[in-house]
Amino acid sequence: MSQWVFVGAAYAVALGGAGGLLLLSWIAMRRAER
Amino acid sequence: MPSLHALANPARFLKLARPLTPVLVVAGVVLTAVGCWGGLMLTPPDYLQGETVRILYIHVPAAWLGMGGWSGIALSSIAYLVWRHPLAQVAARSIAGPGAVFAAICLVTGSIWGRPTWGTCWQWDGRLTSMLILFFVYLGYIALARADADRGGDGRVPALFGIAGTVLLPIIRYSVVWWNTLHQGPSIGLTRSSIAGSILWPLGFTGLGLTLLFGGIVLMRMRAALATMKAEARMRRMAAA
Repeated sequence: MSQWVFVGAAYAVALGGAGGLLLLSWIAMRRAER
Repeated sequence: MPSLHALANPARFLKLARPLTPVLVVAGVVLTAVGCWGGLMLTPPDYLQGETVRILYIHVPAAWLGMGGWSGIALSSIAYLVWRHPLAQVAARSIAGPGAVFAAICLVTGSIWGRPTWGTCWQWDGRLTSMLILFFVYLGYIALARADADRGGDGRVPALFGIAGTVLLPIIRYSVVWWNTLHQGPSIGLTRSSIAGSILWPLGFTGLGLTLLFGGIVLMRMRAALATMKAEARMRRMAAA
């Protein structure tokens, strides 16, 4: 298997996790401060 | 510059947090994007690890933030126990979720890197096992803090748990020195590194970027918690009237 597959999977997990956390925190903040 | 005690006032804290949140998030996203672009496009492959060395640009900051997050919980817990600032308790509880997520990112990206490099996704070695325990300790803290809040507790038990959990941090840090197992020894220090500068530089961008993003996320969660507490207090006053 190409090494780039592992690199892509790791970046997807990291950026997806951080992005998802950011989005959920922003939604929770907007909803609570409304 | 306001003192820490002055910032313990929620109104003063919000006055600072509201403009600071978008600054941290935008700066964090930009720096992380630059670091990822540099790490994926500009740096050369490692002579031994090949392309998989690029995983370090996200794996290492995730490990730092997983451990740094628990340091934040411990410091906030001490502030809560010593000065009884409710904002310190809100800070500790707001750090726990992001800290757990970054500890999980560290574990998963490390496993992905381990498969082509070590030939295995997992090994019960000192560094991997102690980081996994930190992740479970985060989950324990989150559950304990929620149970304490639901039962109307005074927050002392989660605060003590937050301080006690710091025993893991030196174990994680020195696990690669104390036990000679699969995970490589320390390669990045504050003053010097065994990794060539041509490969290392994007780590500064992703490290700082994800740290700022972490700070922005914690501020968002603190603002949400304070707004919820304010709304609940208003409901209680209305019910009592």
